[in-house]
Amino acid sequence: MSPLLEVSDVSIRFPAGNRIAAQLSGQPDFIEAVSGVSFALEPQKTYALVGESGSGKTTLARSIIGLVPLHQGRITFAGETISNLSESRLRRVRRDIAMIFQDPVGSLSPRLKVRSILAEPFKVHGETAELERKIARLLADVGLPPHFAERYPHQLSGGQARRVSVARALALRPKLVIADEPTAGLDVSIQGDVLNLMHDLQARYGTAFLMITHNLNVVRHVAERMAVMYLGRIVEEGRTAAIFKTPRHRYTTALLSANLKPDPDAASQIIEAEGETPSLIKRPSGCEFHPRCSFRLPVCIERAPAEQRTAADHRFSCHNPA
Amino acid sequence: MSGNLLDISGLSVAFRTKRGPLKALRNVSLGVGKGEIVGIIGESGCGKSTLINSIIGLLPANAEKPSGHIRFADEEIVGMPEARLQQLRGERITTIFQDPMTALNPVLSIGTQMTAIQYRRTGSTAEKRRRAIEFLEKVRMPDARSRLDQYPHQFSGGMRQRICIAMALLTEPDLLIADEPTTALDATLEVQVIRLIRELQRDIGCSVLFISHHLGAVAELCERVAIMYAGEVVEHGPVRDIFRDPRHPYTRKLLECDPGRVLEPLARLPTIGGELPDLVRLPQGCIFEGRCPDRFARCRERPPVETVRPGHEAACYKARELVNP
Repeated sequence: MSPLLEVSDVSIRFPAGNRIAAQLSGQPDFIEAVSGVSFALEPQKTYALVGESGSGKTTLARSIIGLVPLHQGRITFAGETISNLSESRLRRVRRDIAMIFQDPVGSLSPRLKVRSILAEPFKVHGETAELERKIARLLADVGLPPHFAERYPHQLSGGQARRVSVARALALRPKLVIADEPTAGLDVSIQGDVLNLMHDLQARYGTAFLMITHNLNVVRHVAERMAVMYLGRIVEEGRTAAIFKTPRHRYTTALLSANLKPDPDAASQIIEAEGETPSLIKRPSGCEFHPRCSFRLPVCIERAPAEQRTAADHRFSCHNPA
Repeated sequence: MSGNLLDISGLSVAFRTKRGPLKALRNVSLGVGKGEIVGIIGESGCGKSTLINSIIGLLPANAEKPSGHIRFADEEIVGMPEARLQQLRGERITTIFQDPMTALNPVLSIGTQMTAIQYRRTGSTAEKRRRAIEFLEKVRMPDARSRLDQYPHQFSGGMRQRICIAMALLTEPDLLIADEPTTALDATLEVQVIRLIRELQRDIGCSVLFISHHLGAVAELCERVAIMYAGEVVEHGPVRDIFRDPRHPYTRKLLECDPGRVLEPLARLPTIGGELPDLVRLPQGCIFEGRCPDRFARCRERPPVETVRPGHEAACYKARELVNP
């Protein structure tokens, strides 16, 4: 099957805060938030981008719907190039790609009732026929009673606000939904509800999901494939089951081992990544994970590792893999 | 229990609302021994924040006067005059909050904030700065001396939380309250923060009340744990007993729901059906009755607190029967 979304060698740069100071001190006057990222997402599947805050996940997601321009690379969607399109042509693309933003309550306008929030996508795309019926159906789809149409966002719980966000994203039956930390800040019991809802809607409408998260426990259950990002690069990519079973990159192994288990006796196995994430302004030489890596070799400081591929469609960039 | 640093017994707190009193905490009892790390696990609306605010005497204006007791180092906090509370707060009881960005003042340098909170100490500003550097080094801040004059936005999320920890420990408190301190951090940084709290707790010898909804973090750090649901402590005991042999149906469901426990990929994740009870119109019987998979007729009457084994108690009729297969 040809991929629904293909991201090829994408880099995204932002101007540095103080360009004159940067030039005087000989540092580059830009920050590269995403560097040479490639991956492909199949239709009707869920793909997870994993990484800590600042690893470029959200920037990459925003570039897909055209909110951030690319410095380099190409994004194709359903066989068509969508990177660096004009605003009017982007609007058509955004009908097929919806986004669920991070903050469940903050991403809903506080002064609009749920009814108006859900009506908005239809109005933007001029599909206002039978609006009331469409809103009622959306609420039913996400398991909310019809009278919730009259509520304001502050009258919703975190889980209910999430459901409204999901309903809004699915309003126009997009082919792809980008979900940025869809369960961050939710309790575990409600997290399961929201993920199950997304799973059901995927089964019913064939929606593909690009899920951005730092919660590994969630990824294991929802995504067929995943990419691990560090400082704007994909350091490991492959089938979720394969990465959980045999992680190769040392950042991935650190991340998986640091995933604390709800078991008081499981404490002894933690391999800790040392120190803090370096700043994008001063990227380390060689492999960018080397200052934190417990397995670094002299070569890791000198040159960046090339990407290796295993037979099982699993790639990673590490000089001293697990 | 005597000898505890913090002893909460029969604590109830209600808020005035238009619909009537909202009973946010009901008959909560909890002890924290000297040098002990106690975890509180609970989901939104369980009363964790109300409990913390009661301990530090910062309940919002619509709170009614709490009933019950909060004894801290043999002093009663319930009804304590504000002046005395202010002496305890920020000196002997300190708090780390969830969001390290909003906990710090964005327009003052770290150094200014870290010297300002030492206002009770005698000594010159230079001495206070030295002490600030010493504590930044304790939380493993590289180049602590030069970074003292930087502002919060110049630090990463993990670093900001370390600064908050350094500030909370500067006064060498007797009790550190950590309110979801790792929620905003990724897994590798979360482990670091947890290790840091444990190391510094040993170093300073303070007690820690660690509030989290991350079960893994509590399992890693705490010796004892209390599970809260809808304003009550439904189960408490040593962390190993609670995680290995939970006896309250809510605890059992909560552990079941944690995707970290389910290692085989599932298409559908387990959830707890139903919703939190209305805390204005409380149910007559067990607070979890409406959502409980193990309920039976008697659950319409308030269940007793059953002792499962010494130190492990659960508020459920079936606490002695519900054993893991």
